[in-house]
Amino acid sequence: MKHLLSINDLSRDEAILILDTAAELARISDGPMKKLPTLRGRTIVNLFAEDSTRTRISFEAAAKRLSADVINFSAKGSSLSKGESLKDTAQTLQAMGADAVVIRHPASGAPFRLADNQWMSGAVINAGDGTHEHPSQALLDAYTIRKHLGKGAKDLAGLRVAIVGDILHSRVARSNVLLLTKLGAHVTLVAPPTLLPFGVDSWPVTISYDLDSVIPQVDAIMMLRIQQERMHEIFFPSAREYSRYFGLNRDRVNALNPNAIIMHPGPMNRGLEITADAADSARSVIVEQVSNGVSVRMAILYLLLGGAPIEGGIN
Amino acid sequence: MKTVLPAPDISRAIVRIAHEILERYDGADSITLLGIPTRGAHLATRIAAAINAIEGGQVAVGTLDTTMHRDDLRTRSPKALLPTLIPTAGVEGRHVVLVDDVLFSGRTIRAALDALGEIGRPTSVSLAVLVDRGHRELPIKADFVGKNIPTSRTEIIKVNLVEVDGTDEVTIAEGGSK
Repeated sequence: MKHLLSINDLSRDEAILILDTAAELARISDGPMKKLPTLRGRTIVNLFAEDSTRTRISFEAAAKRLSADVINFSAKGSSLSKGESLKDTAQTLQAMGADAVVIRHPASGAPFRLADNQWMSGAVINAGDGTHEHPSQALLDAYTIRKHLGKGAKDLAGLRVAIVGDILHSRVARSNVLLLTKLGAHVTLVAPPTLLPFGVDSWPVTISYDLDSVIPQVDAIMMLRIQQERMHEIFFPSAREYSRYFGLNRDRVNALNPNAIIMHPGPMNRGLEITADAADSARSVIVEQVSNGVSVRMAILYLLLGGAPIEGGIN
Repeated sequence: MKTVLPAPDISRAIVRIAHEILERYDGADSITLLGIPTRGAHLATRIAAAINAIEGGQVAVGTLDTTMHRDDLRTRSPKALLPTLIPTAGVEGRHVVLVDDVLFSGRTIRAALDALGEIGRPTSVSLAVLVDRGHRELPIKADFVGKNIPTSRTEIIKVNLVEVDGTDEVTIAEGGSK
């Protein structure tokens, strides 16, 4: 594994290795060792051509806890906003000796373009590309689900997860469907038909348009953000109607299984896809997802960069 | 392949090391045993059991993974991490005894010392190993040794323990094929 571009790059065993490594890293960095020397002297560039709070600081925190040098650069305030091409940016990073690039880009496929050409030799980590994939988010979600509901199992066999909301624009949903099903979970997508992508019937999931009938049957419910910045047409009649039919409110929280957890990748539109009391309820693991994200990203960076700089599998 | 340390010798070595540790530190109260996974951790547990049998009471025992502190990380593909379990008393002000199965180049122990330094400042650190096979690459020596086995650099020493391998024995084999 040289890059992490898509969940499809990972075998089931590799995904589990990332989760296990993250669990061990969480334990040692919560306890005795805050900082590890493992990536000392390595340079990691955070290339964020699209806004992000959680993912960028999470990757930055992960890299710093492993003693890597971190260079942040975002579209605003860099030559990207002057129209520099991805190729020129990549060659600049190569010239500066970047060992890895963590890239967030509004164009689906941008990380693949970075990895597939010979523009740079470092590892490429997809931190969200357009409406395509967000693998590190899916890994931290799987980690969170396994930690709460896995009962010591390595995978997620038999667990039922609902992903609710704007599936159409959601890279989080795509990566999660791939990963959760790879790990044996059963995924139900709940959304208005206008917010389901073309070809969704070929995905290994169940589709439902009725949130209330799905709620009592799941172990974890993942609410997605309505991505207004990607919506250039009208997908539902009104925000109020959307939140009435597809929002998570107090009554729906009460209808969940006693052990079910509430997840959201953030940032939340409180009052739209999730009410404040649902987001802040005892079932919610939304804040914990953020801290788990740091451990999972440490595991990804360690497994991609910790070893010899050669291509080949991780063992 | 030939057996250099059969099961009864391993048991005797463990009991002797337990006595030596107790003698050096004048009792078990201030000692923390930290085994280096996988086999060092099992040996630490056994030495702890031997100490408890001699002294009564419970000697502190844990594990210390050295993977993230190794100096040869860059030369091989990344390894899965093994558990680090530090006893609740921590290492501050304790006499820490590191436990490993084989002492060879000394690089694992250097990594363990670095890892330990991140956790705290023990009063002292010593080293117990089941087998010292020589060929040190660093100025490190063991304080408690089960058996010194002179080897050539290419020979392969394999420690088998019941907990992992189903049998207790130390074998030596000609190098070249692994």
